Amino acid sequence: MSTLALSTAARARSSAYAGTGQLLALAWRRDRVLIPASILGLTALSVGSAKATLELYPDLDSAQQGLGSVLLNPAVQALYGPVVATSIDGLAVFKTVMLGAVFTAILGFVVTRRHTRSEEEEGRLELLGAGVVGRRAPLTAALLLALLAVLGAGALSTLGLLGLGMEPVGSLAFGSAWLTAGVSAIGLTALAAQLAATARGCGGLVLGALGIDFLLRAVGDTATSPAGQALGWLTPLGWAGRTEPYGANRFFTLGLGVALAAGATAIAYRLLATRDLGSGILPSRRGLAEASRVLRSPAALVGRLTRGSVLGWLVGVAVVAAVVGSLLASVTEMAADPAVRAMLERVGGAAGSIEDIFVSTELRFIAGAVTAAGVALVLRLAGAERGGAAEVVLATPTRRSSWYAAHVGAGFTLTAVLLAVVGTLIGAVGHRVTPQAPTVAEGLGAALALVPGVWVVVGAAAALFGLGARYAAWSWGVLLVGFLLGEVGRTMGLPEWVISLSPFAHTSHLPGGRFDLTPTLLLLSVAAALVGFGLLAYQRRDAA
Amino acid sequence: MAAAVEIRGLHKSFGETRALDGLDLTVAEGEVHGFLGPNGSGKSTTIRILLGLLKADSGGVSVLGRDPWRDATDLHRSLAYVPGDVVLWPTLTGGETIDLLGRLRGGLDPARRADLLNRFELDPTVKGKAYSKGNRQKVALVSALAADVPLLILDEPTSGLDPLMERVFQEELVRVRQDGRTVLLSSHILSEVERACSSVSIVRAGRVVESGALTDLREVMDTRVVATLTDGTQEHASLPAAEVPAWVSALGPSVASLSVTPATLEDLFLARYGRSEVTPR
Ligand SMILES: Nc1ncnc2c1ncn2[C@@H]1O[C@H](COP(=O)(O)OP(=O)(O)O)[C@@H](O)[C@H]1O
Ligand SMILES: [Mg+2]
Repeated sequence: MSTLALSTAARARSSAYAGTGQLLALAWRRDRVLIPASILGLTALSVGSAKATLELYPDLDSAQQGLGSVLLNPAVQALYGPVVATSIDGLAVFKTVMLGAVFTAILGFVVTRRHTRSEEEEGRLELLGAGVVGRRAPLTAALLLALLAVLGAGALSTLGLLGLGMEPVGSLAFGSAWLTAGVSAIGLTALAAQLAATARGCGGLVLGALGIDFLLRAVGDTATSPAGQALGWLTPLGWAGRTEPYGANRFFTLGLGVALAAGATAIAYRLLATRDLGSGILPSRRGLAEASRVLRSPAALVGRLTRGSVLGWLVGVAVVAAVVGSLLASVTEMAADPAVRAMLERVGGAAGSIEDIFVSTELRFIAGAVTAAGVALVLRLAGAERGGAAEVVLATPTRRSSWYAAHVGAGFTLTAVLLAVVGTLIGAVGHRVTPQAPTVAEGLGAALALVPGVWVVVGAAAALFGLGARYAAWSWGVLLVGFLLGEVGRTMGLPEWVISLSPFAHTSHLPGGRFDLTPTLLLLSVAAALVGFGLLAYQRRDAA
Repeated sequence: MAAAVEIRGLHKSFGETRALDGLDLTVAEGEVHGFLGPNGSGKSTTIRILLGLLKADSGGVSVLGRDPWRDATDLHRSLAYVPGDVVLWPTLTGGETIDLLGRLRGGLDPARRADLLNRFELDPTVKGKAYSKGNRQKVALVSALAADVPLLILDEPTSGLDPLMERVFQEELVRVRQDGRTVLLSSHILSEVERACSSVSIVRAGRVVESGALTDLREVMDTRVVATLTDGTQEHASLPAAEVPAWVSALGPSVASLSVTPATLEDLFLARYGRSEVTPR
């Protein structure tokens, strides 16, 4: 009897996994570009960055001198985690341990979610469930594929670093650090996919946890008290950082990550057994039964739909601006190297103090990112047209011009506000750490001087959308080329006339330089003309 | 009666694809007009031109006496539209979407809104991303039906609705008709059009191939008659409705029972199309 019961139970268990192999093959087919490309990208990040550092600094002494007080800056530790400054190999990877760990975690999350909650939400698992697929098979296949992805990223990086002739144990620890973050994220995603009923909800849980994780370890890695430092031992990214490759080489952190993942996965399997297909454990969040009073215009709609990402951008640029501001304390040292100074001058202009040039350079890079935010906002027009939302709105008495203006206006406003925040914060933080830093007014002015160049690109996005929704994606090309020519063109040694094709090349180099009114007005006119052209074209074409 | 919608010789191509090829359509004021055709026959394209969203290549279009391409904004004050595949904003709730669209149209009647939510059993606090296809469709329907406008343009509005909710929709259409409003209802579901519409146009490959009152259209089709005789044998015939009495009396007193089936829309449709092109339910 008991043998019979046992074999039935065993059969039930094995049938719960039935079809895992086929599902895994199917999942791999869907991801056969995404996963190898991500692994190669991550490997290029770790190996490329290490190679560049090793080529720049022949030995430990020169590296310590070159990087100098940068390594002691709390902002650097907050961003990159603990820095192993005792070996040249440690310095070669100090930027990519944490950054890569975060990316590996995101890779693990993306792959796991794609084949669990997203599949279920789109009803594809229902089709599969009707076939000979065991209940545990989809989650198991997703876990295996995700594990393969993060394992690939860690292993290939280790091999690449070994290929550069770096120290073997440390190279292994480097891969182990990434893997720690990767497996933890996979386990947490498996759990979140059971808790939330939608892919977005699952993403919110995991990315939220990742954000808290990053924050805790940033505090832990900069804290001076033992209690504060202990925070760095609580979470996966903290463990990844404290693996300290080429230094302490702590491999047991991987054990912590695996334990967390195993625990979370075990709970996920338990929940999977108790819930219905398509449902979650957490109730899906409700919203308002009636719209707020202000939601009555296209502009209000755009504001409502983008408030989350706008907040994200605000926080993001504020953090970057604070870091840039705090780095001003060690700029003089960094720029003691003539090569570094020459690089800064080629982007940020040669006028003013080294602090001015540094701020100008950083502002120009940040302006590139801010432009992307503006372009993305304008491109919502194209998304709404393809998705059908524009059709619904435009069948009401809403004019095409107000629908267009709501998005384009939001793009212009957002970019200006973000740049203003950046300039103000760089000035405010910078002035606390060194009197050489630009003032708040100078920072704000310098940032706003870049706005006309940004607006030309945002205007180009509007014009391309006006020509047709299918052309809108070309805006990213415009942004990329404009940025490369205008900001890195001189570093690449391009001729002046090619550089001058970029709107960014015509913005004033501030702080430190001179404000040029004529090119500014010219840029503003071009931006206005592009927006006007886009509107005229949009009103003359099919809008659905 | 004045025409709410008047289309003459409408042409529209998308690159190589000829979507509309000389389409004519007249919808009289106050009628519920079925716009019938399989997928890809040009219904949605016609409707988008009526809304001024697409520009016609050639042909005359008038909606409520206006040119939709030139007077779109003005015209839209007088109509409500339900698209075929409703895509909502994932982060807005159904209630918010209904209110927003209503306000963009110039306000909606809160009592009517509450009544419709109730009748369609729609929870307005659910976010767009969490609605099923049927529920997304209901959001658009509630928003359109709550609007106090003389013209409703509905593009396959019941796709994804369960049979119970389809009934509610049919009842609402009766109400709309009693209010004297005009409805253009596109569909590829014959039974739906047969129940709800007073007149139909059948579109095929961008052209209307049959149009008129449902009763008139039925008349041109033969009625099917089956007579069971006292000896148990059956007599079959297909003939114009007017000739049925003569046919029956010719059989004499031997008729035990009689079944008379008037032409259905399906017969009409099949006659115009051939079975293979009909999209099954
Ligand atoms: N925006 C478009 N671009 C290209 N082809 C289109 C577009 N819209 C419709 N078509 C084509 O026009 C024809 C008619 O489509 P449609 O009006 O959507 O038909 P229906 O609504 O009756 O299913 C189809 O062949 C369709 O593929
Ligand atoms: Mg259609």
